[in-house]
Amino acid sequence: MKKDEHVVVIFPHPDDEAFGAAGTIARFRKQGVPVTYLCGTLGEMGRNMGNPTFATRETLPEIRQQELTNACQSLDINLEQLGYRDKTLEFEDQDRIATHLLRYLEKIKPTLVITHYPGYAVHPDHDAFGAAAIEAVNRLNLNQRPDVWALAIKKDKEKDLGEPDLQFDITDTFEDKLAAIVAHKSQASGILGGLNQGPASLDQIVKDKLSHEAFYQWSFNEV
Amino acid sequence: MEKIKARLIQDYLNQFVDRPVYIHLETTNGAYATHHNREAYNVGAFIRNAQVTFSQAKISGDETNYRVGLKTENGWIYAEGLRDYQIDQHKRLLLAGHDDQGRLLVTLELSLQPFTN
Repeated sequence: MKKDEHVVVIFPHPDDEAFGAAGTIARFRKQGVPVTYLCGTLGEMGRNMGNPTFATRETLPEIRQQELTNACQSLDINLEQLGYRDKTLEFEDQDRIATHLLRYLEKIKPTLVITHYPGYAVHPDHDAFGAAAIEAVNRLNLNQRPDVWALAIKKDKEKDLGEPDLQFDITDTFEDKLAAIVAHKSQASGILGGLNQGPASLDQIVKDKLSHEAFYQWSFNEV
Repeated sequence: MEKIKARLIQDYLNQFVDRPVYIHLETTNGAYATHHNREAYNVGAFIRNAQVTFSQAKISGDETNYRVGLKTENGWIYAEGLRDYQIDQHKRLLLAGHDDQGRLLVTLELSLQPFTN
């Protein structure tokens, strides 16, 4: 571990951290690196209500808040909730979100930021929050600027972006990732079910689909 | 939520007639419809905390597909595909339809107080 290393993860929804980066996050924690999750919303507008259904549109925010707390405890990471509303991030002022995120970055002074790759992250909230996160990092002085690892989700992303610069087999932290996913109880079965293409057990689906994590190293073009 | 009982829901709807009511109306097929199926595309709409007054309210259909229509001064509010309901502790009437994996497809909610935003 390098001195003063600190990873900040910036995603909009409770469970983005679990599905997208929990294996990598767990690796950093095993190395003793502090990790802070800046979570944009409570996923209030998610359509997964548990299976069988146990949430309603009105109880979902509170349920997901608790699940998020549980997942972060399970991953042993700090949590900051930024209080935006699910599905609305792309309509907020990007400058203001960037300023909001910058306040956290100036305080935490991360050495690495993990966020979504704008334009390649499928969900409009992912794209908008990723863009704001990168804007926030860009506003830091060069000598204070952390690395940025960007998570792309879009199919055929390699056509435009090439192969991800960072590719991790996260088998060694897979159990930690699975625990984080399962902590998001209202979401886990629905989303994992969506990945289910055959008779394999849930564990096997997760293992096959989620035992690999990959990121693009963001390059800031200096003028 | 429980399966809709039409007469019970009709009684509750009647209690909201001619009073200022906050509504949440939403339909969605999820943010990943296109991602999972190139032939599909994302469709969704929601309106939250619109305040309306309606002079008539009726539930119609059967357990496979209940519909609710609210007749307002200048138009209508309509939702289809409702199967489940809950009266919550704030006396709000929550109506919804879910797919076979419990995912929300449509919801219509009525409240005398604003919904949390």
